[in-house]
Amino acid sequence: MSSTYVRSLPVARTHRNRRAQAISLLGPLTVAAGLVWAIVQPYRLTLLHPHGQGFWWLVVEPPLLVVVAGLFFALVVARPLLTDLEEFEASPRAIDARAGGCKPARHRRTSPTRRNA
Amino acid sequence: MQPRAEMVHWMFATGLLVLGLCLLAEAIVGPEVWRARRWRAYLWPGLAFAMGVLMWPVMTFFTNSAIHMYAHGSWAEVLMLAGGAELGLVHGRLKSRWWRLTMPLAFAVTGTAFIVHEQNTWFFQRSAFLHHLLGWTFLIAAVIPLGLVFRPRSAALQASFALVFVVVATMLYCDRDLAPVFGHLSPLAGVPHR
Repeated sequence: MSSTYVRSLPVARTHRNRRAQAISLLGPLTVAAGLVWAIVQPYRLTLLHPHGQGFWWLVVEPPLLVVVAGLFFALVVARPLLTDLEEFEASPRAIDARAGGCKPARHRRTSPTRRNA
Repeated sequence: MQPRAEMVHWMFATGLLVLGLCLLAEAIVGPEVWRARRWRAYLWPGLAFAMGVLMWPVMTFFTNSAIHMYAHGSWAEVLMLAGGAELGLVHGRLKSRWWRLTMPLAFAVTGTAFIVHEQNTWFFQRSAFLHHLLGWTFLIAAVIPLGLVFRPRSAALQASFALVFVVVATMLYCDRDLAPVFGHLSPLAGVPHR
């Protein structure tokens, strides 16, 4: 029983790391998408040629909006979320859930049925 | 001092992009972690509701025709309904999972309104193409929130639901008031600006 836990812990940790990595990548990837767009289509950035532009053209610039969305997500949502994810994974509830999830209960349950069949 | 229609599309695209990122994050970490902080649980339903509210000024100030008014008005209603239902579910005021049916309803109404209120053909110009594409995307993608009503814990459905918003945001960012689409631009559309 204990050996099952020991073997499955690194798998759970890898899973957790992957989740944390995915969360921490979402914001920077969005920012990068906005920057790439700005480089590919610089004419959509009116800040580069602001002379004679109206208020809305200066405020609403799609590549910058993507960057702002990415920054908002990374700073306001992802940061506290990563802290919570770490705390949750360290909590006894999550450890119990992991241990429960690692038990080969399904095999035990299915094998007698197969034998009966 | 009124923004162009394409700018309104871009602003809504930003809202939908943030919504999609939040939903994607929730799908990755799971609802237990996502709802660890109260404000975060309300974030995306609140954003959806706020976008529904903001759709009313769009209906008021961008009424090119009666059909535009009906389309924007119905979006405002269903977005507020879906966002409000999610807010109620998160808060605990609403208990029944059937309230989640408001989201596929919002998708279906949005898709239909997109298709109906675009009166030009697909390749008339870019915005016409995108309105048709967005309409069909919403109509087809309505099966995802419908599936979530019956399988709310499905990570695949949650991720797909989030990605729909990211895809829709991308389409809205591509919108221009007057621009060609794949080299097609009807002479009736007018002269494209930058």
